[in-house]
Amino acid sequence: MPKIKMPRSAPSIDMTPMVDLAFLLVTFFMLTANFRTDEPVTVDTPSSISDIEVPVKRFIQVTVNRDGFVFFNASGESTRQQMLEEMLKTYKVTLTAEQKKEFLKMGSFGCSMAQLPQYLDMSPEERKELGKKGWEVPSDTTRNELRDWIRFANTASLAQGQIEFKDDAAKKTSEDLDVNEYKPKFILKVDGKSSYASAKRVIETFRDLKRLNLYFVTSLEENPYNRNNPD
Amino acid sequence: MAEIAEGGGGGGHQKGGKKRPKKGSTRIDMTPMVDLAFLLLTFFVMTSTFSKPKIMSLAYPAKPKGDEVSQKVYNAITFLLTEDRIFYYKGEFKPGETELIESSFGADGVRKLLADENKYVLETKIKLTDRLARKEIVDSIYEKELIKAQGEKQALKVLIKTDLKASCKNFIDLIDELRINDIGVIAPVDMMKSEQELLDQKIGK
Repeated sequence: MPKIKMPRSAPSIDMTPMVDLAFLLVTFFMLTANFRTDEPVTVDTPSSISDIEVPVKRFIQVTVNRDGFVFFNASGESTRQQMLEEMLKTYKVTLTAEQKKEFLKMGSFGCSMAQLPQYLDMSPEERKELGKKGWEVPSDTTRNELRDWIRFANTASLAQGQIEFKDDAAKKTSEDLDVNEYKPKFILKVDGKSSYASAKRVIETFRDLKRLNLYFVTSLEENPYNRNNPD
Repeated sequence: MAEIAEGGGGGGHQKGGKKRPKKGSTRIDMTPMVDLAFLLLTFFVMTSTFSKPKIMSLAYPAKPKGDEVSQKVYNAITFLLTEDRIFYYKGEFKPGETELIESSFGADGVRKLLADENKYVLETKIKLTDRLARKEIVDSIYEKELIKAQGEKQALKVLIKTDLKASCKNFIDLIDELRINDIGVIAPVDMMKSEQELLDQKIGK
C-alpha cells in the first residue's frame, strides 16, 4: 500500500474570495457612511411616524438638551460667516482670524457673545463639559441673543439661497424649481426628557420672529395603522 | 503563516547556463492586507450612522396682535399635558362645568379616542385612498381633498396646553398620535389660569 504523502509546506488557504468580500464591504460602508459630527450636546430625541429627512443644506437648528440648555447651529460656511460678522458688529465683540476659522468649522455651540472668544479657544472635549455645566445661548426675554442669531442666520441663509436659486435656474431651464427648497428650515432638536417649558422659550423666540413653521427632530417609528392593514 | 514562494519556482535549478524564467506560483501573503481590510471594515461599521433622524413639521399659531377675539372653534378637543399624564375635555371650557377626563399615551388611550372623534376625516381618507387605488384621482388631488376634509367643520380640531412639568417627550408623543389620526388643525396654546387650577385639583386628588 502506498503511503500517503503529507505535503511538506504549510497548508495554505486561498484568501482571495475573503479579501474580495472584505474590500467590497469596506467600499460599501465607505460610500454610505455619513459621519457623526462632533456635537457639544448629546440629545435623545423622541420618536414619531414622520418620515421627512433632515435637510443637509439650509437649516437653522436650535438644540435643547436634557437640562434645558440651548445650543445654536446654522448650515453653510458663507451663511455662518455672514451671520457671525453681523453678530460681532451688534454685540461689539472682536475675534482673531483663527477664532473665526474655528467658528466656521464647528457645529452647534452654546455660549453667550461675551463668552464666544474664550469658547472658541477651547477643545471640543472642553466644550462638551461646559454644555453640561450650563453654558448656553441666552434666550431670556431680557437678553435674547438666540433671537439675533436666528434673525441674522435667516437673512444670510435667504440671501445665499437666492444666489443659488438663480444659479440653478440658469442651469436648468426645463424643470421648474421649488423656491421653498431654497429657504432655510427651522429645526428644533429637543431632548425627550427636557421640560416643555424650556423648549417653549425657544419656540416663543421663533414666534416673535414670525417663524411659525418649525420642525422637530425625531427618530422614526412605525405607523401602527400601516402595520395593521397593509395596503 | 508566511507562504511566500514556498516550494515555488525553480531557484537554483539552472542547467547549462540556460536562464529560465521563474516558474510556479507567485503567491503573495495576503494576511496583512486582510488585516487592514477588516480593520477598515470595523471602523466604518462602527462610525457610520444608519438610522438617520427624521423631522416632524408643526405649525404654530401666530402671536395675536393686540385684542383679537379668538375665533369660535367647532368640534374641538383640548388636551392638558402634565408630567407623564394626559387629560382632556371636549368643546369649550366652562368654569365649574367642565370635567377633566384622564387618558393615557398608549394605543388604547388617546389613539382610540382620536380615532373615534375624528371619524369623518378617517372615513374620507379611506374613500380617497380607495379612489386613488382605482386611479380615479391623482396624487395631488388626493392630498388637496384630504387637507380640505381636515379643515371642515366636522373634522376634529385639537388644542394642546402644557403645564410647567410636562416633558418634550409627552408633547411630541401627543403630536405623533394626532398625526397618526390625520388631525389637520393642531394648535399648541397657553394654558388658562382656570384650567391650571382645575388640573392641579385633579392631580391633587
